[in-house]
Amino acid sequence: MVDVVDSAGAGAGADTPDEAKPRRAVPSWVITVGSLVVLLGAWEVFGRDINPVFGSYPSAIAEAAWQLARTGKLWTALLDSLRPFFLGYGLAIVVGVPVGLITGRFRTVEAAIGIYITAGYAMPLVALVPLLVLWLGLGFAVKVAVVFLMSVFPICINTWLGVTAVPKTLIEVGKSFVAPNAVILRRIILPATLPYIMAGIRLAVGRAVVAMVIAEFFTSISGLGAIIITSANNFDTATQCSCP
Amino acid sequence: MGEVTLHDISKRFTLRIDGALQTVQALSRVNFTVQDGEIVSLIGPSGCGKTTALRIAMGLETASVGKVTVDGREVRGCGHDRGMVFQFAELLPWLSALQNVMFGLEMKGMRGVELRDTATRYLELVGLSDSLSRRPHQLSGGMKQRVGIARALAIDPKVLLMDEPFGALDAQTRETMQAELLELHARTRKTILFVTHDLDEAVLIADRIVVMKNGMVQEIMTVPLKRPRPDLGVVRGTSEFADTRYRVWQALHAPIGTLH
Repeated sequence: MVDVVDSAGAGAGADTPDEAKPRRAVPSWVITVGSLVVLLGAWEVFGRDINPVFGSYPSAIAEAAWQLARTGKLWTALLDSLRPFFLGYGLAIVVGVPVGLITGRFRTVEAAIGIYITAGYAMPLVALVPLLVLWLGLGFAVKVAVVFLMSVFPICINTWLGVTAVPKTLIEVGKSFVAPNAVILRRIILPATLPYIMAGIRLAVGRAVVAMVIAEFFTSISGLGAIIITSANNFDTATQCSCP
Repeated sequence: MGEVTLHDISKRFTLRIDGALQTVQALSRVNFTVQDGEIVSLIGPSGCGKTTALRIAMGLETASVGKVTVDGREVRGCGHDRGMVFQFAELLPWLSALQNVMFGLEMKGMRGVELRDTATRYLELVGLSDSLSRRPHQLSGGMKQRVGIARALAIDPKVLLMDEPFGALDAQTRETMQAELLELHARTRKTILFVTHDLDEAVLIADRIVVMKNGMVQEIMTVPLKRPRPDLGVVRGTSEFADTRYRVWQALHAPIGTLH
């Protein structure tokens, strides 16, 4: 019995050599690396012909980054940027998720504050930065505020959307077992909304980075944004490019 | 004890259709009792109000008129005296089978070792002792519904309310589940109200059948089949089964009101 199966398998393999040796596809990461090499190579070659004020090229940028790192300026700036970044972003998660949950869960809350969340998401918050500077000064607080404001709305709006997409029947499961409202919110709606919350948090990270740099443009005292501004003012394009 | 009665239940919905308000009479004056230890099938075409009646009995919806009593006491809203089995099981997808059953028990206030043991025992009762830690997506349709039944049974309700629980299953699984439900019933003697649109199922399972049409009870008939019914294949071959099935079929096809 075993022999028959074996010989049949071998026979099929011999008849169709193509199937026996399938062609290995090129792994995706090889293609990505290849693309990067080609792009950076072209930039390196052609970038050297450009006036260093108008553009730079990879090796010059790497050199500038190395200088910044060696003198310690980069790390101090990075730390200066990251502290308000993480605080503002963390606050946005801590505030955005519960507000989104409650907005999605209760019709009255949705009617009362939904409009502000939508408006806040759509508003170009950059325009508010000068006002925030007036209120909070040029220091740490204003950066936290800008990062918070830019990232809280996508988190909030996604959570809100997620709650409205929770199947009604799952909530009814909670009700039929006499779960209190708070338990339904925490143990049914929150986990069911988690994919939406994660999407919001991921979306917000991009906005938070932009917010951090913008805040530093306006305040220009420390951080990566300060290096970018200073080097741009000194026509040091390579250093400017090394920060993002 | 476990006796549930719908007293003169009526339900109206108001719908807005093209800007005009329209009242839909979903249920009118529905009266019936499911006695202690009895299985009653609630059958009717879709839209006849059978699911609405069940949801009102559970407390997920409120009646416009009338009341629901369990053992003579009027009930308002959901309660642990009634356990609901949903049409598509409706397990919480991020919890394991065991945790799903534990959820219902926790809501009843059970904690600690007792919680885990009780949940395990009920999953064993429905034949899932090997799948305690599986998530819903790792369970077949029949297994999911078994968890759903275990979750409802575990809180030890007086009445089990089942909303087309086998409607989404394939024919073979459905037959197995019907036999298992009868076995469970023989062991636990729970009162069961069972909504279905399947004629065979209604007859095979029930002691009595409530036929509903257009929000009204058309007829209530007794199934002359003895319990226990260990082999549903044999039951299907009896003349009592064929007769009852035909009578239910007639009731479903009779013009509204003619059988009153």
